[in-house]
Amino acid sequence: MSGLHAQTAPFVRDTMLPPEPPPAMQSGVVKWLRENLFSGWLNTILTVLGFVIIALLVQKFLPWFLHSVWDAGSISECRAIIEERWGPGAEGACWAVIRERWPQFLYGFYPAELYWRPVLAFGLLLIAIGPILFTQSQRAATSFITLVAALTFVSILALGQHNVLALVFVAALVAVQVFAPRRLMIFTLLYPAVGFWLLWGGSVWIPVVAVLGFVLGWLAFRLIQPAGGSILGAIAAVLVPVFWWLFAARLAAGALQGVVPLGIEAVRSDRFGGFVLALTIGVTGIGFSLPMGIVLALGRRSDMLLVKTLCVGFIEFIRGVPLITLLFTASLLLNYFLPPGTNFDIILRVIIMVTLFSAAYIAEVIRGGLAALPRGQYEAADALGLDYWKAQRLIIMPQALKISIPGIVSSFIGLFKDTTLVIFVGLLDPLKGITDAVRASIEWKGAYWEPYLFVGAIFWIICFSMSRYSMYLERLLKREHR
Amino acid sequence: MKKSAFLGTLAATTVLAGFASAATLDDVKARGELICGVNTGLVGFAAPDANGNWQGFDVAVCKAVAAAVLGDASKVKYVPTTGETRFTALASGEIDLLSRNTTWTFSRDTDLKFTFVGVNYYDGQGFMVRKDLGVSSAKELDGATVCIQTGTTTELNLADFFKVNNMTYQPVPINTNAEGEQQYLAGACDAYTTDASGLAATRAVFADPENHIILPEIISKEPLGPLVRHGDDQWADIVRWTLNALIAAEEYGVTSANVEELSKGTNNPEINRMLGTEGDLGTMIGLDKDWAKRAIAATGNYGEVFAASIGESTPIGLARGLNAQWTQGGLLYTPPFR
Repeated sequence: MSGLHAQTAPFVRDTMLPPEPPPAMQSGVVKWLRENLFSGWLNTILTVLGFVIIALLVQKFLPWFLHSVWDAGSISECRAIIEERWGPGAEGACWAVIRERWPQFLYGFYPAELYWRPVLAFGLLLIAIGPILFTQSQRAATSFITLVAALTFVSILALGQHNVLALVFVAALVAVQVFAPRRLMIFTLLYPAVGFWLLWGGSVWIPVVAVLGFVLGWLAFRLIQPAGGSILGAIAAVLVPVFWWLFAARLAAGALQGVVPLGIEAVRSDRFGGFVLALTIGVTGIGFSLPMGIVLALGRRSDMLLVKTLCVGFIEFIRGVPLITLLFTASLLLNYFLPPGTNFDIILRVIIMVTLFSAAYIAEVIRGGLAALPRGQYEAADALGLDYWKAQRLIIMPQALKISIPGIVSSFIGLFKDTTLVIFVGLLDPLKGITDAVRASIEWKGAYWEPYLFVGAIFWIICFSMSRYSMYLERLLKREHR
Repeated sequence: MKKSAFLGTLAATTVLAGFASAATLDDVKARGELICGVNTGLVGFAAPDANGNWQGFDVAVCKAVAAAVLGDASKVKYVPTTGETRFTALASGEIDLLSRNTTWTFSRDTDLKFTFVGVNYYDGQGFMVRKDLGVSSAKELDGATVCIQTGTTTELNLADFFKVNNMTYQPVPINTNAEGEQQYLAGACDAYTTDASGLAATRAVFADPENHIILPEIISKEPLGPLVRHGDDQWADIVRWTLNALIAAEEYGVTSANVEELSKGTNNPEINRMLGTEGDLGTMIGLDKDWAKRAIAATGNYGEVFAASIGESTPIGLARGLNAQWTQGGLLYTPPFR
């Protein structure tokens, strides 16, 4: 057979043929389209339908965007300009309302000459959380902080309110990050006091004595623990600051202010509005609800009956009522019970309610994380001889929190968006409060979509950043081998 | 034991609250500031301008009271209130005075325990329709879809009106005025109903106001006015007579421009008594004799306030109508200053 073959086929190819290009239907765009958009008759129909819908939407809204007017004094002027440029009957977006009223959307009724303070407070906030956001990577933290500092510089300079001290302070923080990164955590711990002081202003001694309360608590713990044991120490560490804040702090702040009058112009809560309000409530709520949620989650899994009952009762009560109910309680019901003349700040009341609300949800998310840990982890911690808190801190929590990241961040995003509900207690949130206030002026009555789009876009940027960060964190902490 | 202690505390708190509310004037003076509840935003009546200063027809009442009591119209803290929070805010003492286009009704006056000190705007509910609908009277609206704000008196009035006239309608519930405009313009409803002043303001900012008409029927009485809590008659008197002073000032021709000059004395004893040149009306309500003069100087008389915020020279363009002086065929009629 082989001999026959050798005779009938004397030619043997000794070079490879150049490869043919794949058939047109199996390569490039066509292949992608066939596989992804037109792989069967159902998908083909759906694709065509999808394109038709997109085309309709574009046809409807594109002219509206293209006919945008940025420079006008009122909605009727906008309409006149659009008519003049694009003919009668043309519709267009009137972004002039944003151009004229953007400070109100961002700052509410915060005094215009003090806009640098919320900007600085926001910049400092990002700088303060920089080391926490990027614990794993020193370089990432440094570039993040430098970027934020630069943006803060630019924003404050753009406002034309160059406060040299503020700029020097920001620069100093960047220097700390570069040369002694761990020290920046001290600023992170102090940030709540700094942020409060920048936003509300007033005597510098109020935040100072408030922080002093924590120092006193720590001192009390250090003094009493050697003599009385850790339980007595812990009780003292709680009681001493509480007494300090309740009775002595106000007097001390007043006395210090009398001796060394230091302070900046005070801004009252009713001047807060827009994104300054939303971020104040949102960030404080996020900052305080996470530790509270952790404690509640641990309490709910505790073996101690009283602790467990209290935590379960709290979580189930808070999760059982709508947030608006809590807000109404904070704003209206509390007034009947507080002694008359008590000036319990409405923003503070709302922050407390939002924090409690969010803490209950976060507690359940974290409990899910705790439940997902194998029993072996707890037993291993016990076998190593760690006490309860050490086991939680070193073994349980790092794993449970890592599992819970998506849920926690979802809660945070939800909380931040829920801050718009404060309109129902008469606070001017950016979405409806400020929008309605702006529309209540005759110039801008009738500007319907533009403010919503503007506010929605800012919300989207903030929430999307949070979501992306959570994904980054998940990738970073991934330990499984899949 | 514990329970009784709690109840005792509660009772003490309530008693204290009672004492506190019995002297709103002292509270306001001690605070150096009037806390005034206003709308979160209603065109012409209450709205913050680009600098965050509140302006409008209802806001003027707050300013006048602050000028009369504290001598400075700018010493007002405005608390934006919603339809839900306004009454509780007043009842709980969070605000001293509510000036928020609130309709004076029997139950609000009695059951909710408020004192309406007067009427600063006589409003009524009307309808707006597109001209091409070919309707010229609200009685031809049988079977129409109507955009209506939920949870307001307008909703109840609408039901009454259609029932009385044996007609049916399809309600399209909306939440805010802005949403109502949008629904109406998008054609989701044939007619839009709200207070006539609101309809006028809404129509004024349409791109094509000439294609929309406001039907002649006014189907309800909406006397809007400022209100205070029950139980502090002195404070109610102060607010009532400040409002009356603004109205009377227009009747007697006292304006913000000439009040200074007229307060030196005129040959009209009524003006003299009001402005404190004669008698001591101010001390009778716990204020000084210049109280009315300050109020008028701060905001202008009723007519000036009306013209500046919602009158015919503004884009809202409301005619005086029922809100003219009684001498001009309107309903404004103040008791004498004597």
